[in-house]
Amino acid sequence: MPSARDTRNRISGVESTRQITRAMQLVATSKMNRAQEAVRAARPYADKIGDVLRDLSRAIPGDEGVHPLFEKRPEHKVAVVVLSTNRGLCGALNTNVTRAALELAGAGREANPNVEYSVIGMGRVGVRMLAGTLPIAANFDDVPDRPLIVDVIPIVRMLIEGFELHAFDAVDVVYPDFVNTLTQRSEHVRLLPITRPEADEEDERDPDYIYEPSVETVLNMLLPRYVEMYLYRLVLEAAASEHSARMVAMRNATDNATDLIDELTLAYNRQRQASITNEMIDIAAGANALSQ
Amino acid sequence: MAKLTVELVIPERHVLAEEGVDVVVAPGIDGELAVLPSHAPLVTELSPGVVVLQRGGEEDILAVSGGFLEVLGDTVTVLADTSERSDEIDLERAQAARDRALEAMSLTMTPSEVLEARIRLLRALARIRAARRRSG
Repeated sequence: MPSARDTRNRISGVESTRQITRAMQLVATSKMNRAQEAVRAARPYADKIGDVLRDLSRAIPGDEGVHPLFEKRPEHKVAVVVLSTNRGLCGALNTNVTRAALELAGAGREANPNVEYSVIGMGRVGVRMLAGTLPIAANFDDVPDRPLIVDVIPIVRMLIEGFELHAFDAVDVVYPDFVNTLTQRSEHVRLLPITRPEADEEDERDPDYIYEPSVETVLNMLLPRYVEMYLYRLVLEAAASEHSARMVAMRNATDNATDLIDELTLAYNRQRQASITNEMIDIAAGANALSQ
Repeated sequence: MAKLTVELVIPERHVLAEEGVDVVVAPGIDGELAVLPSHAPLVTELSPGVVVLQRGGEEDILAVSGGFLEVLGDTVTVLADTSERSDEIDLERAQAARDRALEAMSLTMTPSEVLEARIRLLRALARIRAARRRSG
């Protein structure tokens, strides 16, 4: 049976924990708002570059051989980019992402037993969780809290180079999609080869562009930017997911600490009451003994 | 007479949207180009340089570090890699960047290093030009 003093110490311990979790919750909330704003701010460029690619696609008839980055090859080696976090305390976010990566690899192997998967991590926690299950080719864990496009450009360069040199035949990305504050769903998308956007028949835009210097050079400079932007948006999604998952986890922790403090306070009051009662009995018994 | 609507976006954000623009001058990859209303549909690569929007007697001046430009109808969209308005540019910092790039070009050996230094130099020069145009 803990003494009243022990209980009081525990209460103050839980209180300081609650202070920390509450502070982390507030920080995560403001970071989440900023990350969501960044997702929104990136949309105009992404939409526009998608439009231009669609128009270009229409200007170049035919399917294969237009540009190496469109080339669909038999998949022998597939790289999976796993977007996880560098720090923990964000609920089941990383567990879900790594599970999605393993499921993706499992499904791929089932369809084709010869395919080799390797992981390119962005984030320490996911890579740690995946160690021993899939080979880790690289880990980029220096993407900052507020990512800019320059933070993903070196990674995209490496992926494009690897794809062109046949180090891998396809690149998938597994990331936590930000659905809303409470829900992040692990999704996977194909980054390379680039899926050619479907020409929209209803589109009334005039397809008759002049391309300078030529269609090929514009395509050559546009495609890497398109891939960069694609990955950048996923990184922003993942950042928004991370901060909202952390915010929810920390709010739960803060609520739990509050409940615990309530329970402990009740226990402390009982113990205090019990010891006062005991003292009273002792005094009364002493007084009784003296008067007899 | 018709006017142009101009949008300038970079990957991170929307930088500028202007209506009623008379002329857009942009650094095309094969030389400077001026876009007037009723221009033919065009997509062109941009080199690092200065984008000028003229509207009546006013001018908006921005430095861009490459990207591309699309003209469709009377809408001009600039997709720049990075962009700064001329009044945001710190001229001294841009000059320091230019000097560093020049120094790197005189020291570096491999073609890719020289190329990278050249790109940095062009960017710094674009920012300096944008800032100077503003003040002078």
